Amino acid sequence: MRPLSIGDEQIAHATLRGVTRVYPGVTPVHALGPLDLDLARGEFFSVVGPSGCGKSTLLDVLAGLSPPTAGKISFEGKPVVGEVPDGIGVVFQEDASFPWLTVRDNVAFGLRRAGAEPAEIARRVAYAIGFMGLDDFAEAYPAQLSGGMRQRVCIARTLVLQPRLILLDEPFGALDQQTRLLMGDELLRLWRETGSTILLITHALDEAALLSDRVGVMSARPGRFIDLVSTGWERDRDSRIASDPGFGAITARLWAALRPESMKAMGRTAS
Amino acid sequence: MTRARSIITTRLVLIAGAIGLVELLCRLGIIKPLTMIAPSQMAFELARMIASGEIAAPAAYTFMEVGTAFAISVVAGAALGALVHAQPRLRRALDPVLASWYAVPFFVFYPLLVALFGLNALPLIAIGVIFAAPAMMLSTLTGLDRVPRVMRKVARVHRLSRVQEVRLITLPSAAPHLFTGLKLAFAYSFIGIIAGEFILSGGGLGYGIAYAYESFENRKMYALMLFVLLIATGVNGALHVWDGRLARRRGRT
Repeated sequence: MRPLSIGDEQIAHATLRGVTRVYPGVTPVHALGPLDLDLARGEFFSVVGPSGCGKSTLLDVLAGLSPPTAGKISFEGKPVVGEVPDGIGVVFQEDASFPWLTVRDNVAFGLRRAGAEPAEIARRVAYAIGFMGLDDFAEAYPAQLSGGMRQRVCIARTLVLQPRLILLDEPFGALDQQTRLLMGDELLRLWRETGSTILLITHALDEAALLSDRVGVMSARPGRFIDLVSTGWERDRDSRIASDPGFGAITARLWAALRPESMKAMGRTAS
Repeated sequence: MTRARSIITTRLVLIAGAIGLVELLCRLGIIKPLTMIAPSQMAFELARMIASGEIAAPAAYTFMEVGTAFAISVVAGAALGALVHAQPRLRRALDPVLASWYAVPFFVFYPLLVALFGLNALPLIAIGVIFAAPAMMLSTLTGLDRVPRVMRKVARVHRLSRVQEVRLITLPSAAPHLFTGLKLAFAYSFIGIIAGEFILSGGGLGYGIAYAYESFENRKMYALMLFVLLIATGVNGALHVWDGRLARRRGRT
C-alpha cells in the first residue's frame, strides 16, 4: 500500500517506512505491518483498529520501546533505535502514576532525572499541575485520586517535559464516557497550547473522530493502514463538535472501514 | 472516638483483662506458684534483673545473633529473590523447594552446622538465616512480580539506567512486599534463634529460660519469658505502625 504520506517527508515530524513487527516464538506472531506513516509536525493523528491488530505495538515501535523486525523509524530526521528519543513523551493506558510519590513529585520526576534546576522544576511543575487542574491535589498521593485524575497526573508528568511528540496508548480506556469527553477536551487544549504532535491510539471511533486531524484505520492482524480519514476540523475545537453533522459522517466512514476488519478479528465473515 | 481508636482501646482492654485475670488466679492460689507466678511478680523480677545487669549479657548475646541473622537474611534473601525472579527456569526448578521449605525441621542439622562453624554463635545464626532468608526471598519475589509491567516502560521513556530503574521505580514499587519480608525475616530469625538457644546453646535468652526451667527458678524463667515477649511484641508493633503509615500513604488499608 502507498504510504499515508503528507507528501513531503522533509516536513514530517515522525516517519515509519516498511515497519514490521514479528514476535518470535515457536509460532512467530506477525503483529504489525509492513506499514508506512508520516506524521506532520503539530498534527493530531489517531489510530483505530480491531482488538489485537497491533495498535499498541505500533506505538511501542514508534516510541523506541520495541524494535521493529524490519523497516525504519525516524523522529525529527533521526533514526529511532534502541531507546526512546529525547522529545517523545508516552502516556499509557494503565495507571502508571507512582503510588509512593505525591502528585507534585510524580510530575517533577522526569525533570529531576534530567537534572533541571530546582527553580525551573518548581515553575514547570506548577504550570503542568495547574494546566491539568490538579492544583488542589498537588500534595495528594495517587491512591487518594480518581482514575481520571491519576491519568491526568500521568499526562502532566509527560507534559512537564515539553515533548514535541506525545504518544498516547488508549489513555482514557478505563474511564467513563463523560470523563473521557472532558479529558478529550483537556487533551485538545494541551495540543493547541503546546503545539506538540500527538498520536493517539484508541478503540473508540467517536473519540478518534472528535479529537483528530487525521484518523488511520488499521486492518486486523497483522495491522496495516487500510484507510486514512481527514476530519477537516478547525484547530480550535472541543467535544461540542459532536453535534456537527460532519461528526456522524466521519464516524460512519471509520466504522465502514473498520467493520469488516473487526469481524475478521472475531473470526467472522463480513456480510 | 474514631473507629481505629475504639479498636485499639478494645484491644488494650482485652489484654489488660487477660493479664488481670491471670494475676487474680495466681494471687488466689488457683494457679500454683510452681506452675506460674503472677504477672506483676514477673515484671518485678524482670525489673530487678535489668537493674542488676543480670540480663545484659544474655540479651546482648541474643540480640547480636538475631541482628546478624536478620541482616544476612534480608540481604541474602532479597538478592536471591531478585536473582530467581530474573531466571524463570531457575524459579520453576526452585518452586517446590520453596513451597515445602518450612516443612523441614532444620534443627536436626545443628550437629552439621557445629561441625561446619564450630561451637559458637555461628550455628545458631545459620539456623536463624535458614528460617528467615526464604521468607525475605519469597516476599522479594512477590514484590517484583507485582511491579506493574507498565513501570518498566515508564523507566525506558525516562531513559533510566538499569540501576536508576531499580532504585527509583522497582524498589519503591515493590516496597510493601519487601517490608512484609522484613517483618517476617525478623520474626523468623528471632523465633529460630530463641528456639535454637533453648535446646542447643550455652548462652543467650533462650538458654537462660531453659536453664532457669531446669533449675526450678520460676521467677527468673518467667521474667526472661516476659522480656522475650516484650521484645518480640515491641519490634513487631513498631514495624506494624511503620507499615501502617506507608500503607495509608499509598492507599492500602
